[in-house]
Amino acid sequence: MLYIPGNNPAMLQQGGIYGADSLLLDLEDAVALNQKDAARILVRNMIKSIDYYNAEICVRVNHIDTPFGLEDLEEIVPLQPDAIRFPKTESVEELTNLIKIIESIEDKHGLPHNKMTLHLMIETALGVQNVFDIAKFSKRVDAITIGGQDLTADMNIKSTKDGSGIDFARKMIVMAAKANKIDVIDTVFVDVNDEEGLRLETEYAKQIGFTGKAVINPRQIDIIHEIYMPTDPEIRKAYRIIKEFKKNKKLGIGVFAIDGKMIDAPIVTRATHVLELAQIDLDTI
Amino acid sequence: MKNVIGREIPEYINGVGKIDMFVGAWQKLKKGWMDEVTIPPPNKAKLPHQSKICQTLEEAIIKTSPKSGMTVSFHHHLRNGDNILVNSIEILAKMGIKNITLAASSLNEVHNPILKYLKDGTITKIWSSGIRGEIGKAISEGVLDIPVTIHSHGGRVRAIHTGKINLDLAIIAASAADNEGNATGCKGKSAFGSMGYASIDTRYAKQVIVVTDNMVDYPCIPISITQNFVDYVVKIDSIGDASKIATGSTRITKSPIDLRIAKLAANVIEHSGSFKNGFSFQVGAGGASLAVAKYIREKMKTSEIKGSFILGGVTSYGVDMLNEGLFNTIFDVQSFDAAVCSSLIDNSHHIEIPAALYANPFNCGCMTNKLDIVVLGALEIDTNFNVNVITGSDGTIRGASGGHSDTASGATLTVVVCPSFRGRIPIVKTSIHTVVTPGESIDVLVTERGICVNPLKPELEEKLIKAGLNIRKIEDLQIEVESIVGKVQEIEFTDKIVGLIEYRDGTIIDVIRQVKHHG
Repeated sequence: MLYIPGNNPAMLQQGGIYGADSLLLDLEDAVALNQKDAARILVRNMIKSIDYYNAEICVRVNHIDTPFGLEDLEEIVPLQPDAIRFPKTESVEELTNLIKIIESIEDKHGLPHNKMTLHLMIETALGVQNVFDIAKFSKRVDAITIGGQDLTADMNIKSTKDGSGIDFARKMIVMAAKANKIDVIDTVFVDVNDEEGLRLETEYAKQIGFTGKAVINPRQIDIIHEIYMPTDPEIRKAYRIIKEFKKNKKLGIGVFAIDGKMIDAPIVTRATHVLELAQIDLDTI
Repeated sequence: MKNVIGREIPEYINGVGKIDMFVGAWQKLKKGWMDEVTIPPPNKAKLPHQSKICQTLEEAIIKTSPKSGMTVSFHHHLRNGDNILVNSIEILAKMGIKNITLAASSLNEVHNPILKYLKDGTITKIWSSGIRGEIGKAISEGVLDIPVTIHSHGGRVRAIHTGKINLDLAIIAASAADNEGNATGCKGKSAFGSMGYASIDTRYAKQVIVVTDNMVDYPCIPISITQNFVDYVVKIDSIGDASKIATGSTRITKSPIDLRIAKLAANVIEHSGSFKNGFSFQVGAGGASLAVAKYIREKMKTSEIKGSFILGGVTSYGVDMLNEGLFNTIFDVQSFDAAVCSSLIDNSHHIEIPAALYANPFNCGCMTNKLDIVVLGALEIDTNFNVNVITGSDGTIRGASGGHSDTASGATLTVVVCPSFRGRIPIVKTSIHTVVTPGESIDVLVTERGICVNPLKPELEEKLIKAGLNIRKIEDLQIEVESIVGKVQEIEFTDKIVGLIEYRDGTIIDVIRQVKHHG
C-alpha cells in the first residue's frame, strides 16, 4: 500500500504506475493544516480522472473530531473509492458514529452500504486495547492497520528500528485481524534509503502474520513484493501438494504423505494461499 | 519532398547543395561499399630531432598558418569542463580569421562563450554530434546562414573519410603528453579516459596540435594518440575543470519513475531471447539507462549469465561489472569518470577504441554491429518508433545524436527507455519535431505506463507477452498520454532550415527548421 500525499498533484498522477496493490491517497498527516481544502479537492478530482490501473484506491480522511473529518467524508464517500481509511480508531462507539455518518452520506446519494469498505488505523494504546472489538464490529471493516509513528508518540516512547516498543501492539493487532479473518497491514518504514532495514522489518511483519505493508516511497514496493511473493520452490511445492490433495480427495483420503511428510488440511490451506499469491488458478491443477 | 519516413525535406538547400535523401537504415550498407570516394590522409614530414614544443597555444596556432574558411576540430572528452575549444576560437578570432567551419565532436554548455563568434562571422558552419546550451538555442533561432549538420559518432568518421568534413586543424586536449605528441587521457589531474573520438581527427587533419597540462617524460604511456600524427605540442596550465570532466553520471538514480522504467526494461531484456551467455551490452550514463545496468547486473548474478563485452560510453558501474567477472571485456570509446581511467591503465580487458572501430558504418565491421543489447534514451518518440534526441519540446536544438542511431542500427535488441511524459510535455507523440534514429531500428519502447513493441518484431512481442509483461500498442499509450497532459499547442517554424540531421550513412534523415518568434 503506497501512501501518496493528497496535495501533491505529480505523485497523485503517477500513483498507478509503480505496481502497488493499493494506493492510499492521504488527506490526514501528510497534508499541512493550511492545505487540507486543496488536498480534498485535488484527491476528489484525481479519483474521477486518473486511471490507477489495477490498484485498489483507499482515501485516508481526517479524524471525525477534527474540523476537516466531516467535510472529507462528504466529499469522498460519494465517489465510493474501494476503501476509506480512518485514523486513530479507539473504540466501538467512535466507529458506530463514523459508520452512521458514512451511511447517511451514502443514503443521500442513493449509494449502497456494502460497496466501499473501511480500513481502521490503530494508533493509540487505547485502540490497541480495544482492537478485537473494533475489528469485529462491522462487516464493512475489511482491514486494520497499525500506525507506528502515532502509537510510539501516544505511548511516549522512542521509535526504534527494531520496533521493540510496538511489538506487543503489532501482535495484538495481528491476532485481532486473524480472529476476524480480515487483512492486517503493517506500519511504514520511514528510512527510504535503508533497503536492508526495510527488508528485515518486512520479513518480520510477514513472519508474525501481517498480510501487507504500507510504504511511503515507490522505491520500497519491490522489496515488499519480493518478500511477500512466494519463491519458485515454494510455488512448486504448493502445486505438488494441491495436485496430490485433489488426487487423494477423489479416493476419499484426507491425510496423505509427500516425501514422507504428512499433508493435512492446514498444509493444504497454506498451499492454496501460496498459489493464490502466485496467481495460479487452482482449477487448472 | 518527403523521404522514406515521411519527413519533408527540400531537394536542394542553399549553402549545402543537393540533398542525398535517407533511404532506410541499412539500404546503403547492402552494397558492401560506400559510393563516396575516400580522401587520402595528409602527407607530412619532420626533420630528425626537430622540436614540436610551443610555449603557448597561440604560438602553436600561428605556426599552423590558419586561414579564413578553414575547418577546425576538437573532441568532447572533457565534456562540460573543456577549456580548449573556447580558448582556441578566441585566439583565431583575435587573428581575424573568418568563415571557420567548426567540427567539434560535440558542443556543450561550457562552449556558450563562442556564441559571439557565430554572430560576427568568425564561425559560419558547424558539424557536430550534439549541440547544447545557448549555441543550440541561437542556431535554432537562425544565427547562422548555413544549416549546421548533426551527425552520429560513426557518421562523423565517415564524413571525415570522405572529405565532407575536411579538417585543416585539429586541436587535441590530452591529460598527459610527451614532447613528441604521444598522448593519453588516462593520466594527470585532468584525466578523462578514452580519447576514442579524437583519433580520426589526428589521422586526417592537415595540422595537429596536442595541448596538455601534464607534460611527461618521453614516452607518454599509455599511447592513445601517436606522435607520427602530431605537428605541435603545447603545455598550458589547465585543459579544463576536472570537477566538470568527471560528471558523476555513474550514480544510480533515485527517481522512482526512472527506477520503475529501468526495472521494466531489465525485464524486457531478460525475456527478449538476447539475454544469454556471451551477450554484449551498452547503456547510456545517468537516468533510467544506467539504472537498467543495475537490474541487469542483479539478473546476471541470479541467472549466472556471463556477458561478452560492454561497449560505448563507459561508467565506473561498467568497470565494476567487468571486475566482478560479469563481462569479459570493455571496449571504451568514451569514459565518464576517474575510476574508468585507472581501469583503462591497469586492466588489459578494458580497451580504448577509436570512433571508427566503434561505429563507422563503412568498414569491415564496427563494434556496434556486434552489439546484442543497447538501452537508449529519447527526448521524443513517435508512434512509428522514430526517435528524437536533438530538439526539445520548444523545437530548439538541445541534445545530441551521439551514438544513438549507430547503436540502434547495430544492436539485435534496441530498447528505448523514457517516461511517457515529462511534467506536462508528452514524450510519446503522433509526430515528433525531429527524427534522429529511424523507427525501423528501434525494437521496444519502455515507459512507466507500459511496454510497446515495434510491430516489425512480432516474435519479440510474443516472447514478452508470454513472460507476462504489460505489452500495449504504442498508439494506445499515445492516446492515454494525451488524455493526461492534453493536446499540445504545436511550435511554429519558419521555412528556413537551420540544421540537417545526417544519418550515419551520410543521407539526410531530417531537417530542423527555424523556430518562429512572436512579438
